[in-house]
Amino acid sequence: MAMIEVNKLHKWYGDFHVLQGISENVEKGEVLVICGPSGSGKSTFIRCINRLEDYQKGTVFFDGKDIHDKGVDINKLRAEIGIVFQQFNLYPHLTVLKNVTLAPIKVKNAPREEAEKLALSLLERVGIHDQAHKYPAELSGGQQQRVAIARSLAMKPKVMLFDEPTSALDPEMINEVLNVMKDLAREGMTMLCVTHEMGFAREVADRVIFMDGGVVVEQAPPDEFFSNPTHERTKAFLKEIL
Amino acid sequence: MRFDVVFKNFDYFLWGAFPEGPLGGLAMTIILAAVSIFLAFWVGLGFGLMRNSKKPWLRYPAMVYVELVRGTPLLLLIFWFYFLAPVIVGYSVPELQTTVVALVVFTGAYIAEIVRAGIMALPKGQMEAARGTGLSHFQAMRYVILPQSLRNMIPSFVNQFVSLTKDTSLASTIGVLELTRCAEQVSNRTLNAPMEIYVTILIMYFVICYCLTSYSRRLEKQLSRYQARDR
Amino acid sequence: MNWGAPLARPSKETEPALNYQFDWQLVLSGEYAQWLTDGVLVTLEISAVSLLLSLLLGTIVAVMRMTRFKPLEWLGLAYTEFFRNTPLLVQIYFWYFGSSQVLPDVINKWLYAHDFEFAAGVISLTVYTSAFIAEEIRSGIFSIPKNQLEASRAIGLSFIQAYRYVILPQAFRIIIPPLISQALNLIKNSSLVMVIGVMDIFYMAKQIESYSFHGFEAFTVATLIYLSISLVVSLCINLYDKHYLRQISY
Ligand SMILES: Nc1ncnc2c1ncn2[C@@H]1O[C@H](COP(=O)(O)OP(=O)(O)OP(=O)(O)O)[C@@H](O)[C@H]1O
Ligand SMILES: [Mg+2]
Repeated sequence: MAMIEVNKLHKWYGDFHVLQGISENVEKGEVLVICGPSGSGKSTFIRCINRLEDYQKGTVFFDGKDIHDKGVDINKLRAEIGIVFQQFNLYPHLTVLKNVTLAPIKVKNAPREEAEKLALSLLERVGIHDQAHKYPAELSGGQQQRVAIARSLAMKPKVMLFDEPTSALDPEMINEVLNVMKDLAREGMTMLCVTHEMGFAREVADRVIFMDGGVVVEQAPPDEFFSNPTHERTKAFLKEIL
Repeated sequence: MRFDVVFKNFDYFLWGAFPEGPLGGLAMTIILAAVSIFLAFWVGLGFGLMRNSKKPWLRYPAMVYVELVRGTPLLLLIFWFYFLAPVIVGYSVPELQTTVVALVVFTGAYIAEIVRAGIMALPKGQMEAARGTGLSHFQAMRYVILPQSLRNMIPSFVNQFVSLTKDTSLASTIGVLELTRCAEQVSNRTLNAPMEIYVTILIMYFVICYCLTSYSRRLEKQLSRYQARDR
Repeated sequence: MNWGAPLARPSKETEPALNYQFDWQLVLSGEYAQWLTDGVLVTLEISAVSLLLSLLLGTIVAVMRMTRFKPLEWLGLAYTEFFRNTPLLVQIYFWYFGSSQVLPDVINKWLYAHDFEFAAGVISLTVYTSAFIAEEIRSGIFSIPKNQLEASRAIGLSFIQAYRYVILPQAFRIIIPPLISQALNLIKNSSLVMVIGVMDIFYMAKQIESYSFHGFEAFTVATLIYLSISLVVSLCINLYDKHYLRQISY
């Protein structure tokens, strides 16, 4: 069974039909890149997967469980699905270390020393262990985003969702974040990334999907996707961003 | 100018007839304000959180409370409690307690509004990030949202405390011996120096309230640094 | 007249026990209804007069604070700080009991011959409210980014024109909601003038209570009147915010 199985997912904002029947399976260890024009529903789609958004029709299975089931503990589910946002969303009143240890301590009841040890090793992995005692406002954008990644990883998630993690960053900081993501991908993390970084997609993605108007228009392995897209809309989109 | 009347009675303005008689005057004003703000904080926090809740059975009662109280003059509210308390509890409640209840109910509604607005002012991403790592709604509130928003609200709380301090003067209308009532008493007894007496206590109120107001302004400046912002 | 004496607690026999007979007819018709209506009119009248005067005075004080002339600025600052940081009730007592000592005899005589309670009420409410209004006006104008002025000067508007066509229209939109809520506060604050014997709603309700022992009904009606005024006003603010404030964002 696939790690994530999305079946005919529909979502409305009022009258507005944002997601119009999305079906997508993501295998364990697979890296899926999602691209598409602004407003096409990419964010909405991945936020449905950990139920930050509710949906009205269709099913989402995570690790064999329907996430909309009554018996599912939503908090436990979310702990297993990490999410990284465009705006970092670090907690400004906590130090970097506390940002990372908050959820393990409060949700998993991990002892403080253990949580801190894990946090420091994760911060080292993303290359900022020397900043552990600073506050988010004292870090650069790229550093903040790497803390955000470490914060998600601290819950030892089975899947990581990324929503345009580099588009709020200055160009010179994009690579430091992408490198962390590439490492993660190579280590076998299951990932869904909304991103327009096509270099990243080429390098590590197993599959690229193109969304427009709330549906998946086209999907293919990256080589094929970039070298010979079949749909007009995809071609137009690629022409614009490449 | 008959400021000698003021000097002779200044200790009465400060603490009433204490220690021979009951405590009163400015001391009573401050106690009344401090006790009321402490209680009103918890009332306001509770109702403010309720107003932000998604559950209608929590949100609507809080909304009704806030709107009712904010639409009613404090004097009327004090009188309602003064008038109703004996009926409800069955024996006569001392004026002081009545006043505290009225002030708490009154100020609580305003604090609820501050709390609600303060929580709403935080970027949505804070809640989402917290929920995204598996924290429950309550935990996210407790560890992520409230620590930030309460800190941002401190200046508003101080301002509310200033209003409350001024509002305690209304307790004089039901006979609580706080600063205003003491002034009235002295004025009624001496009859010849109302202007001097009222100017004096206006200045006494002013000193307290102005210090608090300045403090809240300073805080506001300091706080504008570490705040989560939408970029 | 109630010379600042404490409100009397409802006397023993009026304490509504279980056998309290509600008599809404009593307060909703006849003489008592007339009293309440008179009270409402007095509340509206004193609020309207005070509002007009405090808008005027508040604007003057705000302008004083924005002139670059130090003594005027300080005077304006002292005015707003002092009157905002002292209780309205004490200010009322001051104007009512204390002002005759400082005012010239002619004015005193004239005031006593006319409705002195009402005048003292208007003065206190005006002075108190205008201090708040001055602050709202000043901070409203301050909240407009400097570059708005610079931008309009850059395209060739004169200083006056820039204010007339760019700054003030924006400022008005920002200032109006807080001004409306100040007006609402004023109406609620006007209930305090009953302590010096102005016969407003609250005063009349108390009067009915002591004549008929039907305080519950009278106070309920008085409270409902205040509530409906407030609800209408806050509805207006919400509508205004929705329609106009959305348009301004920097
Ligand atoms: N809370 C909401 N209420 C109403 N409409 C919304 C809401 N959130 C998003 N939308 C609409 O849903 C559509 C899809 O939004 P979404 O954020 O998923 O797009 P996106 O593909 O992520 O775009 P972008 O590249 O700009 O992030 C947009 O047209 C947006 O206007
Ligand atoms: Mg998006």
